[in-house]
Formats: sequence, structure tokens, C-alpha cells
Amino acid sequence: MIALSDYLIVAAVLFSVSVAGIFLNRKNVLLLLMCIELMLLAVNINFIAFSHFLGDVHGQIFVFFILTVAAAEAAIGLAILVVLFRTRRTINVADLDTLKG
Amino acid sequence: MESVLLAIVLAPLIGSVIAGLFRNQIGRAGAHWVTILGVATSCALSFWVLYQFVFEDAPVYNQSVYTWMVVDGLRMEIGFLIDSLTAMMMAVVTFVSLMVHIYTIGYMAHEEGYQRFFSYIALFTFSMLMLVMANNFLQLFFGWEAVGLVSYLLIGFYFKRESAIFANLKAFLVNRVGDFGFILGIAAVAMYFGTLDYAETFARAPEHAATTVNVWGDQHWSLMTLITMLLFIGAMGKSAQIPLQVWLPDSMEGPTPISALIHAATMVTAGIFMVARMSPLYEMSETALSFVMIIGATTAFFMGLIGIVQNDIKRVIAYSTLSQLGYMVAALGASAYAAGLFHLMTHAFFKALLFLAAGSVIIGMHHDQDMRHMGGLRKYMPITHWTLLIGTLALIGFPGFAGFFSKDAIIEAVHHSQIFGSGYAHWLLVAGVFVTALYSFRLYFMVFHGEGPRKFESHHEAHDEEGGAEASVHHEVPDEPVPHESPKVVTVPLMLLAIPSIFVGYFTIGPMLFGDYFDGVISVAAVHDTLGEIDFHGAFGFMLHGLTGIPIYLAAGGFLVAWYIYTRRPILATEIATRFDWAYWILDRKYGFDDLYQWLFARGSQLLGKGLWQAGDRVLIDGIAVNGSAQSVGWLASVMRFLQTGYLYHYAFAMIIGLLGLLTWFVIV
Amino acid sequence: MSFEKFLFYLFAVFLIGAAVMVITRKNPVHSVLFLVLAFFNSAGLWMLAESEFLALALVLVYVGAVMVLFLFVVMMLDINIAELRAGFVRNLPVALVVAILMVAELVMVLSPERFGLKHYAAPAPKPADYSNTAELGMALFTQHIYAFEIAGAILLVGIVAAISLTLRRRPDTKYLDPGQQVQVRAADRLRVIEMKPEEKA
Repeated sequence: MIALSDYLIVAAVLFSVSVAGIFLNRKNVLLLLMCIELMLLAVNINFIAFSHFLGDVHGQIFVFFILTVAAAEAAIGLAILVVLFRTRRTINVADLDTLKG
Repeated sequence: MESVLLAIVLAPLIGSVIAGLFRNQIGRAGAHWVTILGVATSCALSFWVLYQFVFEDAPVYNQSVYTWMVVDGLRMEIGFLIDSLTAMMMAVVTFVSLMVHIYTIGYMAHEEGYQRFFSYIALFTFSMLMLVMANNFLQLFFGWEAVGLVSYLLIGFYFKRESAIFANLKAFLVNRVGDFGFILGIAAVAMYFGTLDYAETFARAPEHAATTVNVWGDQHWSLMTLITMLLFIGAMGKSAQIPLQVWLPDSMEGPTPISALIHAATMVTAGIFMVARMSPLYEMSETALSFVMIIGATTAFFMGLIGIVQNDIKRVIAYSTLSQLGYMVAALGASAYAAGLFHLMTHAFFKALLFLAAGSVIIGMHHDQDMRHMGGLRKYMPITHWTLLIGTLALIGFPGFAGFFSKDAIIEAVHHSQIFGSGYAHWLLVAGVFVTALYSFRLYFMVFHGEGPRKFESHHEAHDEEGGAEASVHHEVPDEPVPHESPKVVTVPLMLLAIPSIFVGYFTIGPMLFGDYFDGVISVAAVHDTLGEIDFHGAFGFMLHGLTGIPIYLAAGGFLVAWYIYTRRPILATEIATRFDWAYWILDRKYGFDDLYQWLFARGSQLLGKGLWQAGDRVLIDGIAVNGSAQSVGWLASVMRFLQTGYLYHYAFAMIIGLLGLLTWFVIV
Repeated sequence: MSFEKFLFYLFAVFLIGAAVMVITRKNPVHSVLFLVLAFFNSAGLWMLAESEFLALALVLVYVGAVMVLFLFVVMMLDINIAELRAGFVRNLPVALVVAILMVAELVMVLSPERFGLKHYAAPAPKPADYSNTAELGMALFTQHIYAFEIAGAILLVGIVAAISLTLRRRPDTKYLDPGQQVQVRAADRLRVIEMKPEEKA
């Protein structure tokens, strides 16, 4: 049978991969956004797994809301990205250091 | 009664405020009229109050007029305690003050800051009245500080002169030392008695007769000794007792009327008054009484000695004041409070007279104060001559004059005293009589006898450098080369003061010292009742008894020595000075008090200030606190700026490091 | 190995593999496509965990809308990939170290010793007439109705924000204003002038 730890380890590996992705593609905002999506996915897997194994539907409610917020985040993030690209002609994070002190 | 008392206090204040704030509107004449009117009102009412106490047996008035605040049961009030002691002080203060006001019209006639001067002296009168009429320690302290303040202002009246500024700062600082003790004493009273009111304090004092206070380490002091000693330190500052006497001679930088008013007749007597007022407390500590007596007697003798070598006419009188204050303090130490107060009163009259006469001489000499320039002035200034002679006789204790009774009473009282140090004090006081006569008549002969005024004979070589303490702004020396008698406004107060200088002693010694005038006001423990041991059979009897004692012959001796040296063999003075140059040197240096303080405290505090400036201000405050905080913020900001790269992955990296750390902690624990 | 277990490993391996591909592809378009694959596989995992509604929602809503949005944006932007890839190799060791460290630590924490079947027994399979959607709906529309409303508001704000951010007026755009069109009168467009007929020369 599939154990809870199996789900959790898959999620952990997925999370670590997305962390590595942030390191690897640290100049590409698009990839960063995707990595964030992956992270959220990993978290969602955790929620689903716990919900399943504890027999509590509220874990799934959480996932539902996370998906909602992630969708909104993706929409706004991409909108910002588009505006950014329009004004700067680049999505290179290294160029986006206007806030640097 | 209350309205009368308020009028007494407020009339001078109103005069002062008007003269001070509206000086341009009311002009010179307006200023002296308004202040003299105020002080005269006050004086008349004070005499009425005195009359009530002397002849009508008025009851003691002790009420608070206004409550300033109540803090944890400690009431801070303004109130009046009017009894025979206060009534006498009020009369003396307002009378001398009134004389000085009138006299000032003549003395300051050509000076700048005329209105300011009147404003100050009226303010002084107000402060002194607040001091003597207080019924609680807070108001006493207010008056105490207020007279200090006015004294500061008046010593520095010629504020453009550096020596005056030096002198007034010195007076202020030395008084601060005394006030430090004084306020600690008041604090101790408030702490242990829970009240600032005199009557309540005195009522509760016996409860604390055996209380001891842990001062530091294992030192346990009697509470009463501690309180009275601390209060007396305040009195030492105000009444210029050794070792806090250094400010008084320097205060002669002020105009002469001030020297008469503040530094002879009234302010310096605040200490005497205070100790007498606190007699119920002092009676409970024999240690404090011994201390008081020794300090007083030491001051009386050694300060008198300095007077012999002074050449500045005002300084001679200033040292005489110090010496006489020493007599009063010694009387207090002998528990002869009445004698101290009696001497205070007589001294107020004749010392004011002496100062004002000296001022008159100074006017006549066109503001030259060096006695070596004077001589033979009796021809030119007869009224001044006679009044100054009366003052001198009163001072040295010529039988029948005011000073005779008071001084003899003090010497007798100290003689009868049994407490520690009374023998030492007695001999110093007796020797002091000789010294007093010597310097007094030295002054008299140098000024009024001998060949004509030396200054005007050799007009061009006048103003030698030694007479540094000239008391005037640069005054046009009129062409007439002869001294002249002073105007009426100057001589009339002299004559008015001469009268009590002669008679006040004879008529008041009975009731004040041996009668019941101070009954219920001053308390003397039976063991200390030195005045009670003196046989008194009327003032005349006291006079006759005085003729059998040593002091009168010592006074005569002093007179003869002065007469011989300064009229017969003027060269002798210089010879003695050269022969005993070491003694002369010591006296001329004033036993080195000034130098010591200058070296130790002035330079020490300069060093301290410099150290604090360097270490505290520049390094700690400027360096670390002000610039340091700015720099540390800048440094922190630069670190933060370094961290805040603006790159997303740096933030993500930081986040992940945190996550890793958290995980690691979770794994390990 | 049961079939379920086989499916689980299949989905898991594909999920991780797709995720690795997402972060390593040069072309962002490929990355998005692998991301879609990852979402599909994770939906399979969720299905195994009997969260059918969410699994389907993930596929339909997330993959169908959000991922397509990603794809759309990626394709629309003219990005210099080479520039964005700079430092990839240099960062690889750090990324590997961090990732391996994290995986190791997480596995230590989430090991079967703590979360195995012994501790959390597999729940009994749901009966055939069980509806995950109904159960979720019951919870969502009763207990969590306010949160649900707020989620709706967030989505609305997201829509408004995305539109207002990207909306821009182009001065060179040609478009018709019907209001102005219907108000046009003949006189605005046509001017009748009189002139003499020209004589032939």
C-alpha cells in the first residue's frame, strides 16, 4: 500500500527540485514563476496526502484555496511580467535592481 | 494681621517690579520714589508689628497663606510665622533697607543703571522679608536663594568690570556650597519629620532625639547632629564663616550701599537668624553647638586680623563684618541665641552706618577707596567724620554704645559655656576685641586724621595699581581738588543710623537678653543656658560690670596702638610690616584660602570640566552617542544595503538558508 | 507490487522527471510544456489519494487556463534565452548541493519511520457511490463560505489587476466610435459648392 511517507517524500523531492530551479534559473523571471508553481504543487500534494490519510476534507479545502490564490498570483505575475517586458525589453532579473539600496 | 503682613512683603516687591520693568517710563526719580515708598510702607508696618509684640503682647501669628502643592502628605506652603524674633528682624531689615534706599539716591546719583539698582535692592528687601517671615523650610529656602540671587546681581552690578563678574560668580558658587548642605538638611527634615513646617518639626524633634543615621560604612550619626550640621553649612555659606568666607570681601565689588545692606546688615545675618530660629533643633545636639562655636570664634579672630593689613576702606569693613559675624555665630554656639540676635541687631545698625559713612568718604574722594590716599578728611567731611566715629565706637564696644552690650554679652555667654571648645572660643573672642579696636581705629585715623588727603596733594600719582578694587565706573574727577561733604540724602541716613548705633543697645539689652522678649520663640536647654548665668542688674549695671572685665582694656589697648602708629609714628606700620614680613604675607594672602580654592576647586573644576568635555562630551556624547549613533546607523544601513541587492534569488536564497536551518534544527533535535 | 503502487511510482517518477526538465530546459516553451506534464502527473497522484475533484480541477482549470496563460506569455515575449541562461553551469553545483541537502534532510524528517503505514494506516477505500465533489462542496459552501467568497474576490481583483496592468492605449490604433458615427450629418461630410461650367477652350 502507498504510505503517507511516500507522498511526503515525493512532495519533498519536488520542492527541492524547484528550489534548485530557482538557483539555476535565477535570471529568468518566467522560470522563477514556474518554480514557484512547482513549489505550490509540492505543498498541495502534502495537503492532499494528509487529507487522505487523516480522513479530513479540510486539507482539500486548503488546496482549493491555494489553487485559487496561485491562479490569481500567476495571472498578476504574468501581467507584471508583460508590462515589465514592454518597458525594459528584458525579463532578466539581474537588470531589475532598481530597488537596490 | 494677614493683610498687614502681605503688605509688608509685597510692597517692596511691587516697587521692585515697577522700577525694574517700567524703568524707562518712570525715569530715575520715579524709580527711587516707587521703591522707597514700597520699602517705607513695609518699614512702617514692620514697626507697627514690632510695637504690637513689644508693648501689646500680641500673640504669635503662624498661618499659611497659600498652599503651593501637597506631595504625599508633604505640604509646600507659603506662610508667615510672626513672633518677637521675626518682628525684630523685620524691623531691622526694613529700617536699614530704607536708609540704604534713601542713601542710594545720593550715592548713585551719577551712575548708570539707577533704576536697575533700585529694583534690585527692593527685590532684596522682599527676599529677606520672605526669609525671616517664613513659617516653613521651603519658604525659608526660597528666601535664602532669593537673597543669594539678588546678592549675585548686585555684586555684579558693574557687569562690565571683570573683577565684579569674578566676584559675583565667586559669591554665587561659594554660596552654592553652603546651600548644598542647607538643602540636604531640609531634605533630612522632610524625610524624618514628614513636614516642612517649623512648628510641626519642632514638635516632633524630641521623638528623634536618639535617632541615628547611617551616613556611610559603619558611621552612625545622631540625626539631630546631622540635620543641624547640614543646616549650619548653609549658614556658613550665607553668613560667610570659615571656610566659606572667601566671597564676602570680594563682594565689595558692588556699590557701597549694597555692601551696607546685604553684606553687613541683612543678608549675611540670614545664617544667624536661621540658627536662632532652629534653636529647638540645635539645642538637641551639643556636637553641632560646639562646631558652631568653634567656627564662629575662629572666624571672629582670624578674619579680624586680616582687616589690619587691608588698604581698601571697604575691605577693612568687610573683614570687620566677617569678624562680627563670627561673634554672632559663637554666641549661637554658646546657646546664647538672644545674644547673637542682639548683636545681629546692633551690628546691623552700626555696620550699615560704617559702610554708608565709608561710602560717603568714597564719594568725597571721588570714588577712590584706597585709604593710603586719604587723611585729614575730618576738616572736609564733618558729618561723615562724626557718624563714622560713632559707628567705630559702637563696633569696638565703647561702653554705652550699642556694640558694647552685645559684644560683652557674647563674651560673657561664651565664658559661661561648658561645651567642648568654649575655652578656645572665649580666648579668641577676647583677643578679637583688641584686633577689632586696632583695625577700626586704624581706618579712622588713616582716613580722618593725619595730613590732608594725600591723594589731592599729589594728584598725578594717584591711582596706584595696588588699589585695584576701585568701586566705580570711570568717573570724571571734577576739577576741584578738595574732598567735599556729601549731600543731604547721604548724611541724613547716616545720622538716622547713628542714633540706634548709640542707644539701641542700652535700651534693649534688658528685655532682649535677660527679659522675656524671646520667651517661647527661642528654646534653650537648661544645661546650656549661658545667658541665665550672667548676673544682670540693669543696663547701667552691666556697663559698670563691663569696666571690670578684660575686653574693655583690650579695646582701649587697640585704640592706643592704632593712635600711636597711625597718627604719631606712621613709619612704624611699614617697619612692623617689614620686620614681620612672614606674618604680613600670611595675612595679605588671607591665609591662602583664596589661593587654595583657586588652585583646588577652580582649577580642579576646570580640569574636571576639561576632562568631562574631552571624555564625556567629545568622546562619549559627540563621538559615541551623536556621531556614533549616526555612524552605526550608516554602517548598519550599508550592511543592509549590501544585503538588499534587489535580486529575487538572493531573497530566495536567504529564505532557503532559513528553511535549511530550521530543518537541520528539527533533524538534530 | 500492487497496481496502485505501480501507478504511484509511475506518476511520481514522471512528476519528478518533468520537474527536473522544467528547470533545466533552455527554451522556456519546453519548460512550460514539461510543467504541464508535471501537473498532469500530480493530478494522477491526487487521484490515487481519492481527491478526484481537485485532480480534475487541477487539470481543467490549472493546466487548461493558467498553464496556457504561461505558454501564451512565453511565446509572446521575445526573450534572449542565451542571456538568461548565463551562469547556469556556474550555479549548478550550488543548486545540487542545496537540493541534495534539502532532500536528505526532508527525507530524514519525513521518513517512513515517522510517517509510515504503521503510524498512519491507509484509510479504507471509499465506497463506489462516494462523491468527493459533494463532500468538498458541503464543506466549502457551509463551513468555509466566507473564505470561498473571499477567494472569489481575490480572483476578481486578480482579473482587474491583470487587465489594468496590461491595458494600454495605442495612439495609432484605428477604431470606430459608433456614437460619433451615428451623429454624423450630411453637412459634415459633404459640401455642395456651385461653380460655373467651364468653357471649353
